[in-house]
Amino acid sequence: MAEVRLQNVSKSFASTNAVVDMDLTVPDGAFVVLLGPTGAGKTTTLRLIAGLEKPGTGSIHIGEMDVNGLTPAQRDVAMVFQQYSLYPHMTVRDNLAFPLRSPILKTPEEEVARKVQEVAEVLHIPHKLDNKATELSGGEMQRVSIGRALVRDPSIYLMDEPLSSLDAKLRADLRVELKRIHAELAATLLYVTHDQIEAMTMASHVGVLDEGKMVQFGTPREIYENPQTAYVAVRLGQPRINLLPAGVLGEDTPTGAHQTGLRPENIRIGDGADAQVMRVEHLGDQTRLHLKVGAHDLITLTDPHTSLSPGETLKVAAQNPIFFDAAGARVC
Amino acid sequence: MAEIIIKNVRKEFGDFVAVRESSFTIEDGEFFMLLGPSGCGKTTTLRMIAGLELPTSGEIYLDGEEIGQKPPSERDIAFVFQMFALYPHMNVYKNLSYPLVSQGMPRAQVRAKVDEVAGILGIRDILKKPVGGLSGGDRQRVALGRAIVREPKAFMMDEPLGALDAEFREHMAEELRALHDRMGATTVYVTHDQLEAMQMGDKIVVMNNAVVEQFGTPQEIYDKPATMFVADFIGSPSMNFLRFDGQVGAGATSLTLNDTQIAMPQIRDGASGNLVLGVRPEHIRFSDQGAYRAEVLATEYLGTTQIVTLDTPNGEVKARIGSDQPAKAGETVALNFNADTLTVFDEASGHALRSELNEEVLAHG
Repeated sequence: MAEVRLQNVSKSFASTNAVVDMDLTVPDGAFVVLLGPTGAGKTTTLRLIAGLEKPGTGSIHIGEMDVNGLTPAQRDVAMVFQQYSLYPHMTVRDNLAFPLRSPILKTPEEEVARKVQEVAEVLHIPHKLDNKATELSGGEMQRVSIGRALVRDPSIYLMDEPLSSLDAKLRADLRVELKRIHAELAATLLYVTHDQIEAMTMASHVGVLDEGKMVQFGTPREIYENPQTAYVAVRLGQPRINLLPAGVLGEDTPTGAHQTGLRPENIRIGDGADAQVMRVEHLGDQTRLHLKVGAHDLITLTDPHTSLSPGETLKVAAQNPIFFDAAGARVC
Repeated sequence: MAEIIIKNVRKEFGDFVAVRESSFTIEDGEFFMLLGPSGCGKTTTLRMIAGLELPTSGEIYLDGEEIGQKPPSERDIAFVFQMFALYPHMNVYKNLSYPLVSQGMPRAQVRAKVDEVAGILGIRDILKKPVGGLSGGDRQRVALGRAIVREPKAFMMDEPLGALDAEFREHMAEELRALHDRMGATTVYVTHDQLEAMQMGDKIVVMNNAVVEQFGTPQEIYDKPATMFVADFIGSPSMNFLRFDGQVGAGATSLTLNDTQIAMPQIRDGASGNLVLGVRPEHIRFSDQGAYRAEVLATEYLGTTQIVTLDTPNGEVKARIGSDQPAKAGETVALNFNADTLTVFDEASGHALRSELNEEVLAHG
């Protein structure tokens, strides 16, 4: 495993700047998740590291090696794609063994057998080894395609939304599994997603991307508790952070503050500004109150068994608000 | 608007039973969810209400009138499909006005109606545009508009948001619900997404294997699941099942789990054998003391809360606790369960034992 370093990397396609002046260090042994909406440059970043795209400018190092000009095969990376790509006519065993038997690796057969067995156990599919790939469920197929990356011992694993095509339950299981696998293998992993739950629960570090730029990099807790921009603040947290014109709830605002950011759990009910209940959403473990303060929408959480109903009024106040200026940058 | 009563409805396709005798009532103005995994019979049920399938037996009442065997055109129900079906060669205005023109409505009235609906949906500025160039959201709005202009008695929606990506789906879900609140039309909505059902629905029917498992408000179904299937299907992470071999008698207020007494709501009907204690993740608390101990296997940070996976003497369990509380893999902690919220199931039948907590819900479910 190795540290991966991007310095001033830019990449454009015709008139689109997909990645802009990106600095990113994936520490050895880290699980880094790149988070952002469609078009933020996540997948391009991954493909640049894999060697599937050439950077316009900047340098990429894997360990001590400058990989510019190296082919994907020479870079010693393993990539997992969103759509599982297995050889349908082969068994699970042969699919897993395939990367090891490549002309570059030429692994001895008993080594191949040992590796395949080991990875199958990590992924909980040893009983499926002799099945054809087409006889598997979607979740099993995706596990096999992750397994095809894991059999190798590359410098870094690159994963492009590997769970997005799976249903919610399976996704939840595989999140825990991937995190466990990462810990067991002490692997370096760079993972791309637009799913904030995946980013928060699995990452050792999250990089938030916006239009090809890295806007914040830190632990999930740092990103959640201390977002540097309004854009970053809305990326993590469900329901998302409330953004209101500064001062609407009567809170003290620092100079330059244009917007107040208030997590739903940081709204105190009982005193402060008048709010009207628009809708009460019972989600079981929590209940969301949709409120209107003047013309502004506000979402807060309340007791699951609240007796509040639409039309009622209550008073709300801000607790631990954070502030952003007109450009969306954090104001202290 | 409309009340819809489903009474002992059954649907067979050859040898295959898609829906077994099912009964429930959709009240006037409700946003009503049919929830379940694929193949459970929810879409077939919806199609029977709309008249796209005819029940093999049983009755469907729309505002008191039995319509089970009537063709769709005589039911005054609008159907919104998963893939929005628009006329590609017509512009937005023509797509919206078509259902009215084909009913023979006078031109001026059509124009007024389309304008009103376009206003409700916020699509007045795209009326002249061809539908081909529209964004997914606008196409969806136009498809809804086509259903709304006719002012039907009820709307049927078959996973209308299924094809959209997560962020946009959440936005459209809110928009749909707000639209419903403004119009107050009875809406029946099919989904396999439990969060969507909880979020949007006034009532939920949970179906599995052609059978109605439970019917009630979202909070009822979450707090008082009638079956293990419902308990598992609703909630994320889902309800924990602690399996044990033992017995609980009628009147019992505690059970024995791995030699530890666990308090629970008073049981009305006792049972013995393979039993299951059901506990929601947020009803588990950690403490330093306590006899029921577990090892922390993993933690997942979620902002204000975290999910902790634990290894207990009765299997793996997930707890949701505050992220400010310490929890480290490898540690041993004692678990306390919130007694008022526990449900005991009979594993063989999958049904919840009647208790102080759920007896009212089970009586009418």
